Amino acid sequence: MEETVTYTIDQVKSKIASAFPTEVKFEDKVRPRRLFMSANKDALLKLCTMLKDELGFDHCSCVSGVDRCDRFQSVYHICSCSSNITLEIVVDLPHDNPEVDSVTPLWGGANWHEREAFDMFGIIYKGHPRLERLLLPADYTFFPMRKDCETGRK
Amino acid sequence: MAKMWINMGPQHPMTHGLWNLRVEVDGETITDAEPVIGYLHRGWEKMVEDRHYPQIIPMADRLCYGSSFTWSHVYCLAAEDLMGVEVPERAKYIRVMSDELQRIGSHLMWLAAIGPDLGNLTIFLYAMRERELFMDLFQSLCGARMTYNFPRIGGVRNDAPPNWERDLVRTLDYFEKRMDEYEDLVDRNSVFRMRMVDLAPLSAKDAINLGVTGPSLRGSGVKYDVRHNDPYEIYDELDWHMCVRDEGDVYARYRVRMDEMRMSVQIVRECLKKMPKSGPIRVKPPRTAPVGTGMARMEDPRGESLMYIIGDGTDKPFRLKVRSPFFVTLSASPVMLRSYKVADVPSIMGMLDVCMGETDR
Repeated sequence: MEETVTYTIDQVKSKIASAFPTEVKFEDKVRPRRLFMSANKDALLKLCTMLKDELGFDHCSCVSGVDRCDRFQSVYHICSCSSNITLEIVVDLPHDNPEVDSVTPLWGGANWHEREAFDMFGIIYKGHPRLERLLLPADYTFFPMRKDCETGRK
Repeated sequence: MAKMWINMGPQHPMTHGLWNLRVEVDGETITDAEPVIGYLHRGWEKMVEDRHYPQIIPMADRLCYGSSFTWSHVYCLAAEDLMGVEVPERAKYIRVMSDELQRIGSHLMWLAAIGPDLGNLTIFLYAMRERELFMDLFQSLCGARMTYNFPRIGGVRNDAPPNWERDLVRTLDYFEKRMDEYEDLVDRNSVFRMRMVDLAPLSAKDAINLGVTGPSLRGSGVKYDVRHNDPYEIYDELDWHMCVRDEGDVYARYRVRMDEMRMSVQIVRECLKKMPKSGPIRVKPPRTAPVGTGMARMEDPRGESLMYIIGDGTDKPFRLKVRSPFFVTLSASPVMLRSYKVADVPSIMGMLDVCMGETDR
């Protein structure tokens, strides 16, 4: 690999904090090799572009949709293979209009995760190359992982 | 010639599970591909929201019957991260040893699957025979051959039975000799090699960007293994090295998996030496989880598995998200397939180690 620059957690934290003073809030939770933060949904794409291009975060491990009942969340786990740091970025989305910029143009690995979050929660990822149903048939009219979608066992 | 789309699947000898690979062909050449999944979707993530934390352990086993221990293990790691439970030392060693035995078992099943794919039925018989030995080890450890229900939040269910370590050493000694036989059978077979060498190379940059992990990523020359880069349990105390190949083709992926089996044997041997001979194997976890989130990553036989769990103060998880390694590797498969022939599909897809249970969830 060409990328050999490594950063410590504190360096990553201070770089993000100086570039996004109001948009990104760090959590107090401390774990080895982890950094927890929440970001404003409008700043997400800029933040991710900086993470990828400047800080060497080259691997988007996971994108998870969450239905918090009053709001949706899109949670990103992004890793750096060279610095061995995993970031957890939580983005809050309004419940009536869950839209956020797609990170698939940056990391191809996010492609199916975003499609799955759309499939299960109805979260719209703007700029996704192909936002269609993935696991469920294309003619489904509801989003089964939403909390207001009742299952038979309850 | 006009291009056309062909369905390979849902029932096809190449698929090793229920999924459909649509390929667009121009004559014999693949110009585009599209995996269609969801045939095995059970709503796993919705189901677990209605179950207590310990009830999810056997469900996590069912994510992949070929490597069920690693799945229940990563679930327990995530739940321990959420609840703040510290696992006793001896339990960590038992878990790591089981992980590595499971890795060998899973890789043997992969070897058994690609053998017939590439026209070598003998390797299927040999690999299945040896896999039986590792299933016997698991059976004496936890009573089941495939879905173990063995790890617990806070440790493991029971200690190893008497003579288990003796049987383990005997099995490893026997297995290492058999490994040489497999390599003679495959690596020195020019027909087998012709179907793998220089086929579907994936550059390191593409592999990382597309989220490919595990042996397929290390076959592209990327030194990335969660056991090494983000060590869990006791991997940072063990002396082992990553198996990496630089070529990036199908043969490199094959070699990485074969080398990993030998490396797993070495890790298990070292664990046997370093393991505390007695001590607690389990602590009592809380019944309810605090409000918060937990996350755990580990190196599954197929790549990086991740579980993200949200607790809401009750005894059931609010949300449990599974990152399946093959789910992401499959999304990258069109890049590998393009410009190769239809006859290369079994070779390329088989080498990624297909498992639909964890992909569709």
